[in-house]
Amino acid sequence: MALRNEASAMATLAVLRHRTLADREDLLGRLMLAPAMAYVLLLVGAPLVLAVLLSFSSATAGNLSFSWIGLRNFATIVADPQFHSALSNTVVFTLVSQALVIVLATAAAFVLDAAFVGRRLVRFLILLPWAAPVSLAAMAWTWIFDSTFSVINWTLKVAGFLHGWFYWFGDPGLAKIAIVTVHVWRTFPFATVVVLAGMASIPRDISEAAVIDGAGFWRKLFQVDLPLLLPIVTVAVLFGVVFTSTDLGIVYLLTRGGPYNSTHVLASLAFQRGILGADLGQGAAIALFLLPVLIVVAVAMLRVARRTEVGT
Amino acid sequence: MTSRRVLRIARRVVLYAAATAFTVFAVMPFYWMMLTSFKTNRDLYVGATDLTHIPWIFNQRPTLEHVQLLLAHTPYATWVANTVFIGALVVLLTLITAVPAGYSLARLTGRWGEQLGIGIFLTYLIPPTLLFIPFARVIAMLGLQNSIWALVLVYPTFTIPFCTWLMMGFFRSVPHEIEDQAMVDGFSRAAVIRKIVLPLAVSGILTVIIFAFTLVMQDFVYALTFISSVGKMTVSLGVPVALVRGDVFYWGSLMAACLITSVPIAVVYNLFIDRFIAGLTAGALKG
Repeated sequence: MALRNEASAMATLAVLRHRTLADREDLLGRLMLAPAMAYVLLLVGAPLVLAVLLSFSSATAGNLSFSWIGLRNFATIVADPQFHSALSNTVVFTLVSQALVIVLATAAAFVLDAAFVGRRLVRFLILLPWAAPVSLAAMAWTWIFDSTFSVINWTLKVAGFLHGWFYWFGDPGLAKIAIVTVHVWRTFPFATVVVLAGMASIPRDISEAAVIDGAGFWRKLFQVDLPLLLPIVTVAVLFGVVFTSTDLGIVYLLTRGGPYNSTHVLASLAFQRGILGADLGQGAAIALFLLPVLIVVAVAMLRVARRTEVGT
Repeated sequence: MTSRRVLRIARRVVLYAAATAFTVFAVMPFYWMMLTSFKTNRDLYVGATDLTHIPWIFNQRPTLEHVQLLLAHTPYATWVANTVFIGALVVLLTLITAVPAGYSLARLTGRWGEQLGIGIFLTYLIPPTLLFIPFARVIAMLGLQNSIWALVLVYPTFTIPFCTWLMMGFFRSVPHEIEDQAMVDGFSRAAVIRKIVLPLAVSGILTVIIFAFTLVMQDFVYALTFISSVGKMTVSLGVPVALVRGDVFYWGSLMAACLITSVPIAVVYNLFIDRFIAGLTAGALKG
């Protein structure tokens, strides 16, 4: 009622203004967009350009000088065995953890899609690893893998699987297993809910038609359900690739890149050289090797998005 | 008939077994946090080689001494206060930029707005690990090293793109006929936004507040790079980095800090997760 009165009162005013405001809708749009755009351009766009510039410089954290040294930083790191191991660790950790995540998350999504008692509670609990702040979760795992008090060692020993002793962060192989475990633990809940959301959007009748046509469980799974889920699983994995390949917190808190610098990834090596070692130029050069991954992910994401849009 | 029943029962068993396995894997570290937070030191530091001492349960009466130590004799409360302060400012900055931008992209900018929206979203994929090094230089130029304000400045770089995208999707899902009708009735676009759009957008705005804040809580990299004084740290940085004396970890208090911080965040986050997923996958799931 009040709205109605106000409306008629304003209508007279609006007659005078309407035309100009209607003409200026585009302007209003730009005005409302401007602050966010400015923030993103100044504080994401500009630093990204600066990252590239720094990688061609001998900049240090100590002062604000900037001198161009061309490709020397890249020459240094390409010749550095530690960079090679960081690069291969990044690739291996990402691929192994995401392969496991695909399987686990798809399975978990099928479980959560079925009706059973306590489903909501299970969903809540499965999501905890993703919701908790990553650095705090990493500390819990550091304590779980503790060399003296590891509850995993105790359990394995009691079950009779372990005869010696696992020094989780003292052995390069075990340390890598620990890191991948934490990555899987952290990203599979996210992938699960994404896939679950995808399942909800697939029409049930396709699946039902397959059953009526006599498709068995496995045939239906591999020829109907999984292909339909492929786009959404792809999206989940693309996000997972970004999260794991660029992660610094988990490696830094679990191993600090040790033992003997064997578990460094690009992010942690960039931090070590660029911030702790104050060699901003080299740190920037190392971190830039993540850029191709991100570009590939962005392109893939756009393609998946476009294809599903065309499909509907 | 019976074989079919056996099959059905077998399926239920597999289902519950799988649900249990996933839950145990997900929850185990939190259970371990909880045990550690309330165990006495004598129960805690036994060593895993002693196979007769079961670490998975309380062997002695639970104690509150670690929690008391954490709250009374560590900077934990200061870190919480810092986090809340930074989080509040970041949420405010995010709201005043991302809500109008989301509306603009959904309603006012047409085709190029859509492209721009995708562009803004893609910036969310640029991770802190690519930006912390140039930011170290920017922060040094601004004289904000070891200052809370460095984080207030930097955190919106990931909250704004994400929340703009989220609000754009939200405004698109609100039927525009209401607004059109109001404008036919003589309201200006500005008045429509103030009187109709904002009241309708309350739940979207609430989501933005929750996510901007949880994204701030999640950050470790920027805080680690910019903050060096213990008194200026956030929870996510202080707990893992500064809750040690000498080389000794105080695992009881440390795990108590993780537990007290994670659980409320996780509960709130869980309530909003569906919106988060809908926002992230809006492109891929359209239609």
